[in-house]
Amino acid sequence: MSGEPVRSIETPISLEYRYTPGQASSRFLRAAAEGRLVGQRCPVCGKVYIPPRGSCPTDGVPTEEEVELADRGVVTTFCVVNVPFVGHAIEMPYVAASIQLDGADIAFQHLIQEVPADQVTIGMRVEAVWRPPEEWVPSLENIRHFRPITGR
Amino acid sequence: MRREVAVVAFAQAPSVRREDRRNEVEMLMPVVREALDACGLTRSDIGFFVSGSSDYLAGASFAFVHALDAVGAWPPIQESHVEMDGAWALYEAWVRLQHGDVDTALVYAFGKSSPGPLRELLALQLDPYLMAPLWPDAVSLAALQARVLLDAGRLTEADMAEVASRSRRAALDNPNAQLRGETSVEALLAEPYLVSPLRRHDCPPISDGAAVVVLAAGGRAPLLTARPAWITGIDHRTEPHALGVRELAASPSTALAADRAGVFSAPVDVAELHAPFSHQELILREALRLGGRTLVNPSGGPLAANPMMVAGLIRIGEAARRVMDGSARRAVAHATSGPCLQQNLVCVLGAESG
Repeated sequence: MSGEPVRSIETPISLEYRYTPGQASSRFLRAAAEGRLVGQRCPVCGKVYIPPRGSCPTDGVPTEEEVELADRGVVTTFCVVNVPFVGHAIEMPYVAASIQLDGADIAFQHLIQEVPADQVTIGMRVEAVWRPPEEWVPSLENIRHFRPITGR
Repeated sequence: MRREVAVVAFAQAPSVRREDRRNEVEMLMPVVREALDACGLTRSDIGFFVSGSSDYLAGASFAFVHALDAVGAWPPIQESHVEMDGAWALYEAWVRLQHGDVDTALVYAFGKSSPGPLRELLALQLDPYLMAPLWPDAVSLAALQARVLLDAGRLTEADMAEVASRSRRAALDNPNAQLRGETSVEALLAEPYLVSPLRRHDCPPISDGAAVVVLAAGGRAPLLTARPAWITGIDHRTEPHALGVRELAASPSTALAADRAGVFSAPVDVAELHAPFSHQELILREALRLGGRTLVNPSGGPLAANPMMVAGLIRIGEAARRVMDGSARRAVAHATSGPCLQQNLVCVLGAESG
């Protein structure tokens, strides 16, 4: 060992944080705990953001008007994930998609299930599949996943 | 040839122990608006945006990108970021204005010190191989520095308490300060040690806050405010990274930056010093050669409010404010970063350009 160059050392680091989501995200999360999806509209450009962060990234102004949105929308882009990572419980492959809810001007990430990965397309209409109400918490994870809207 | 640049507006959020209600963007937005309104500009009038913050405070990578929502980034804006106190962002803005193609810059700084374990978190700015794994916390490192000064007979614990007492008294006039009040040196000295030889009053409060400074170049500045605070000199220097090779009882980097910024060429009316620990004010007074005629930290300084990544920019803003309101002809602002005054920035502000 002596004389050998030291090529690496391990210095474990762990820090705990107390996260503050802020006013806009808190309202979004509380509504999510009731099974509702609440975005916010920019008073300048009129765009609706969900999840809202309290400001319009385009205009730099507070977004205070709340807009309740349906739990259905359209796939704007997606990828098929074939790489598992630690602690992940979903079967491979799975589809991670950007979903734009009807009435929203921005998409957010969620999962597409109940359809073979190779049948997911951009533009596909999807709806939320919620967990049972007794499991709802202030989180977008109350939606288990999205699935294609079949011709009903 | 150097382009003249002035501070034309300054705004800050009140520093608080824990901003639990608002996220960083929600904290920043009203401050940005207040600064722009103060100089009659809108977002589209600003030529360059630059922020100072640290993702380690937020505990999330690229957290600073979210903050752009506070200024609005569409149509695309020219912007930059420093992972440092906003005072260094202001330095970048000053350099950017030297290019000559833009006349205005908005500098914003934000920091929530409260979400993480601040004392330990600051250990991560140390040398990652030999120092950081030992987790020397920020207060303990400052205590080592204070011990050097005490053992050398350069100051007493009463001198340190006097700095704290004066800071909190000065903060009575500062609505944005976090700690304020009348205290006596005797009462402070009766308190127990936090990390010997430091007592709680020798250490800065843990603060969440935000601040914004608007800069304008040349002929533009007098159009935006009655009395611009002209930056007549600005410079920043650093000490060696290894604490063991540093002269902890002095601040040669501050002295060098001060010399380059022109501090010593004329008397100083007001100095706003970013000395997070009481003994460091005495080190900085010496490095900056401040005498009895200079009013030091009339805002209360960082012992009254110390939002990380913001407190340095606040020093520049507070110094500028006193030039802009006519109470000072010439003011010096100092900002620091890192353990035991590791990096130091000195900015000289005057009622006249050049």
